Amino acid sequence: MIAAALAAGSRLICGASVRWHCDPSVTKQRIYFGNHSSHLDFVMIWSALPPRLRRSARPVAGRDYWERGAVRRYLAGRVFRAVLIERGQTGDKAGAQAAIEQMAREMGDQYSLIVFPEGTRSSNGLVGPFKSGLYHLSQLRPDVELVPVYLENLNRILPKGESLPVPMMSRVIFGPAFAANGGDKAEFLLKAREALMQLRDAR
Amino acid sequence: MTVLQDRALVALVGGVLALLVVASIVGWILGHRITSGPGRATVDNINARIRAWWIMALIFVVALATGRVVSILLFSFISFLALREFVTLAPTRPGDHRALFWSFFIVTPLQYYLIWIEWYGLFSILIPVYVSIFLAIRTTLAGDTEHFLERSAINQWGLMICVYFLSHVPALLMLRIPGYENQNAKLMFFLVLIVQLSDVLQFVWGKSIGRRPVAPAISPNKTWEGLIGGVGSATLAGAALWWATPFAPYQAGLMALAITMMGFAGGLIMSAIKRDRGVKDYGAFIEGHGGMLDRIDSLCFAAPVFFHLTRFFYMP
Repeated sequence: MIAAALAAGSRLICGASVRWHCDPSVTKQRIYFGNHSSHLDFVMIWSALPPRLRRSARPVAGRDYWERGAVRRYLAGRVFRAVLIERGQTGDKAGAQAAIEQMAREMGDQYSLIVFPEGTRSSNGLVGPFKSGLYHLSQLRPDVELVPVYLENLNRILPKGESLPVPMMSRVIFGPAFAANGGDKAEFLLKAREALMQLRDAR
Repeated sequence: MTVLQDRALVALVGGVLALLVVASIVGWILGHRITSGPGRATVDNINARIRAWWIMALIFVVALATGRVVSILLFSFISFLALREFVTLAPTRPGDHRALFWSFFIVTPLQYYLIWIEWYGLFSILIPVYVSIFLAIRTTLAGDTEHFLERSAINQWGLMICVYFLSHVPALLMLRIPGYENQNAKLMFFLVLIVQLSDVLQFVWGKSIGRRPVAPAISPNKTWEGLIGGVGSATLAGAALWWATPFAPYQAGLMALAITMMGFAGGLIMSAIKRDRGVKDYGAFIEGHGGMLDRIDSLCFAAPVFFHLTRFFYMP
């Protein structure tokens, strides 16, 4: 019930219109990846999903942020059922590897993931370069399709550094699903980012 | 007093529902007659509008019937949605964030709360004076001077149109008119009905005989024929509804004339803003009607003028 109220509340503040370029009724496991500019990003993707998909979609988030305080811990654990990962230092290869393996493991055979491959929130609303996590994840789970999700205007609703939202109209655009099918790392990341940028330009 | 105890209000509501029934039947017939060609899109649009009219009329009637609180809440919610659309289009910057937060969550509820406690004095100056000063201070403190003048003006005007102007609709409930006590819901009904009738009639006259555009650079769909036909027939409708108001028939006609002229101007002004921002509609909130702001643009500009005309001439 809290989940439904939260989804309705965030849709009211963000006045989101949702557009689908892939089939929203397919219940297969998926990796949703979006551009990251606001704390609201994963809530928006999560509440834009139809309830059936929402129940099986888990956002990936930083443990340090979401385990601070009882409310956040409750939301992350019970409402979003987030996959909480350790955010390592840049260059911490083993830590990054462990986080990716944890994501793949916690997906199991029923959950979808919501990830933000830029790694951190952009402060100007532009889409930064992708980090390699998305590539390694897709290597571990080649059976799962990837879905780009472009989020528009959320950086104006709750920008980096602000704690209270300002209501505005926003848009959530789900792009066509595609398979990872191996390939070179740099090429894959470029392709994935390109898929996201196309959604922005095609609106 | 509830709707059912006031026979004039029952007649108004019944009339509107009858109009909608007729419109739905005509739309249904048109939908079966015209199955292809460019006319089909127009018919689909008209039918979508009629469906939305049903919902809007029902919400409005329920609000009137359940009393003051619900009417005030309804219009504060409409203000919230309209302001949300307005701000989305405006080129705001991070430095506006706090000021905007105040606009949505403090100023808007406060303005409507003042109607609830019937504090007319503060209601009439809160946004033009105090909020105007306070928001300018708040935005200045954020320290971002880029396009400062434009941004401050946009925030201020957004609040004026979406909150201050619109709040004059439920503010009609504050007026104490001798011999018309506890009947003010009908004034609200009169205002909203005339504004909407005038919009529809201008659309109908314009579609059927419209040729000469009034302001081609702003809105090619608004024609002199539509304006004169729409304003003329809505004025007559207003005069014919005098029995629901504290006005004599000719006075009701003049009030309707003022309402329709302001409504027309409001539609043009809001179109000019849309042109400036390069969009066709403010949103897609209501099927067939665009956004909330597209629907209430005429009402925003008609409401304060109608409020003050009524207050000036009919309050002792």
